[in-house]
Amino acid sequence: MTAELGLAALWLAAALAALQLIAGFLSVRNPTGELAMLVRPAAIVQGGLCAFAFVVLLYLFAVTDLSVKLVASNSHSMKPMIFKLAGAWGNHEGSMLLWITVMAMAGGLIALVERRLPEKTMMATLGAQAFVGLGFYAFLLLSSNPFERLPQPAPEGMGLNPLLQDIGLAFHPPTLYFGYVGLSVAFSFAVGALLTRQVTPDFARAMRPWVLGAWVFLTIGITAGSYWAYYELGWGGWWFWDPVENASLMPWLAATALLHSASVLAARDALRAWTIMLGVIAFSMSMVGTFLVRSGILTSVHAFAVDPERGSFILILLTLYIGGALALFAVRAGSVAEGERFSLTSREGALVFNNVMLCAILGVVLMGTLYPLLTEAFDVRVSVGPPYFNPVGAIFTFPMLAVMAVGPLLRWRRDTMARVRTPLIAVAAVIVVVLVLVLVLGGAGILPLLGLAFAAGLAIASFLPLRGRNLRRVPLAVWGMVIAHFGVAVALYGMASETAFTKERLAAVEVGGSTEVGPWTVKLAGVEPVAGPNWTAIEGHLQASYDGGKPIELGPQARTFWAPIQETTESVLATRWNGQLYAVIGNQAEDGRWQLRLWWKPWVTLIWYGGMLVALGGALALVGRVREDLKRRHVRARIAERRREAKA
Amino acid sequence: MNALKAKHQRLILIVIALVALVGAGLLAAWALRNQANYFYLPAQMVAAPPEVGQSVRLGGMVEEGSLTTLPDGVTVAFSVTDKDSARVPVRFTGILPDLFVEGSGVVAEGELGPDGVFIAHNLLAKHDENYVPRELQEMDQHQQAAVVEETY
Repeated sequence: MTAELGLAALWLAAALAALQLIAGFLSVRNPTGELAMLVRPAAIVQGGLCAFAFVVLLYLFAVTDLSVKLVASNSHSMKPMIFKLAGAWGNHEGSMLLWITVMAMAGGLIALVERRLPEKTMMATLGAQAFVGLGFYAFLLLSSNPFERLPQPAPEGMGLNPLLQDIGLAFHPPTLYFGYVGLSVAFSFAVGALLTRQVTPDFARAMRPWVLGAWVFLTIGITAGSYWAYYELGWGGWWFWDPVENASLMPWLAATALLHSASVLAARDALRAWTIMLGVIAFSMSMVGTFLVRSGILTSVHAFAVDPERGSFILILLTLYIGGALALFAVRAGSVAEGERFSLTSREGALVFNNVMLCAILGVVLMGTLYPLLTEAFDVRVSVGPPYFNPVGAIFTFPMLAVMAVGPLLRWRRDTMARVRTPLIAVAAVIVVVLVLVLVLGGAGILPLLGLAFAAGLAIASFLPLRGRNLRRVPLAVWGMVIAHFGVAVALYGMASETAFTKERLAAVEVGGSTEVGPWTVKLAGVEPVAGPNWTAIEGHLQASYDGGKPIELGPQARTFWAPIQETTESVLATRWNGQLYAVIGNQAEDGRWQLRLWWKPWVTLIWYGGMLVALGGALALVGRVREDLKRRHVRARIAERRREAKA
Repeated sequence: MNALKAKHQRLILIVIALVALVGAGLLAAWALRNQANYFYLPAQMVAAPPEVGQSVRLGGMVEEGSLTTLPDGVTVAFSVTDKDSARVPVRFTGILPDLFVEGSGVVAEGELGPDGVFIAHNLLAKHDENYVPRELQEMDQHQQAAVVEETY
């Protein structure tokens, strides 16, 4: 009965979305009519209904209701509670329900709070939001119903892929979905503004918190996903240019560009058409990502089930939304009046340059991701990896980093390089010094070398905008920018350092023997079988000492899960302030020695600390902007009140 | 000059952006032709071997009885075959994937050495019933079809 309630709520929500779509677009011409009165309530109730449906699914997983097909095929009564709940979205149907729930709740939130834009633009925006939503309702209800019952309840669930039984899973997909959905809201705003030709700074201000929020969640999602792959897959790498990783990176790149161009539009009323375009591109990339991951066109841990029907469904949605939006853009872009002008040497100029660089990187990643699909059509099998992505991406990344150091120092509208000469020379000096130091101290490839130098330069440059200001009066949004830019430098330093200085050691060690990697000496003290709630394992007892210091106990495992039967490698990490020791235990050789794979990765943790700093910067900017908006709204309300009093 | 510049600023911006993006596209296309990592079946690798040192992928079945561990304890040698019984010797230094067994499918990433031995940097085996490298999956289907043909 419970499952049917969830399904009924979803159908009702879909019906409300249809109502919102029709009423929204009909009310664009007449935003005060009776139909228009329906639009906002429809959006709000829809959000509530979806939230209810999602809670129902969580409940079904919590009690392991094995008469529901999704629960039976993805859960198991013996699983720990947190993984039972996480299992609700650790599969195709559940994750689509999560997507649509977040989307409907976002729609409800805009309907509830957004009052800045002209009402007709709001009607068009909410109509567009319903249009996007309706496609996903159709997808969910027609081809992937999460509440489907089995004719006979299953005796026991089939379990969840052990690779996914990890606390990271509980948060990784939802964070990415918040990001994707935030971009869908930006898309709806862009379509709404384009339809009513109201591409104004107010539009940018209304859209910006959503882009910022989406961007923060995407940043966290990518950072967490990278760390998850790093310790869970046991390969010691933090980025593989896997299509699935690219699928999350591409929306991030587009959102980064959109975020900055929206700031220009909000502050200076320039880059109108460009911002709209980026809004469309950013959401397109979310859809492309979903398509790549969910269609089964690419094989990966993330492709839950290969089902051509689903692939074509998402492809149809993709074509419909993107094609429609691009066609609308082509028709309307010409009639969007040109914004304010600016000279090339100005903050706008720097932002435009970096926007173009971000789009170029996006294009490079997109082409590399799609190329294997393209050649497959001609029956040639290729895969594209780091030898392509790293150098080609770097060609655009380093100029972008350079301009990123300068841009925030420039004034809006018009500036000269002479005015910012002193700080620039200082930053350039730092870059050169680090370059020389690394060259002298030891070999590193060209890219890590440049990475280390630019990271140092950018780290200093990121704080220069605070120079000569009263720190207590610096707005929160500026702090956000400074911290986010600094975070990029920190992450870059971690990546370059890991690439340049990692030491790897693969050895067959007998019990009692030891081996060395970098400054570490690792002794294999023993090997023992251990057991967990749903697995058994072989655990190695390692005693690792850094530079002859006090040894640390480490226990890497080779685990065997029994529901479903699968083996995984559980790596262990010893974290120091200056890096991580990464250890994996392998098979026992015939002569009784055990395979150990060890890495010493100096400063590798900075990659994820940097990512978190970027996200923190975004969050600060978001809070700062929302506070400003609230203040502005308050002031406007008071002015209106005074006027009324004056009239009376 | 200034007036002209002002009037055409939008156009100039569009042209600059287009040039940069088309440049990126061309560069990417050129790099892809050179850097893409081609997939070989053993028969293809025997018939038309890739250049020594070019990174490629080799997919096939691990031949029964061919798996040996070298004296250093961490390097393994085995042969990869396909249904045409072409055979490529492979050497891999590292920890074997969890489901790597003789008679099962494998995709090896690496390069052909000068001595005709394929040096694998990474091995992709069947991970579990849900995650199978795409090439392996198709290979399994081909084999099943072959088995069906033989039985009838």
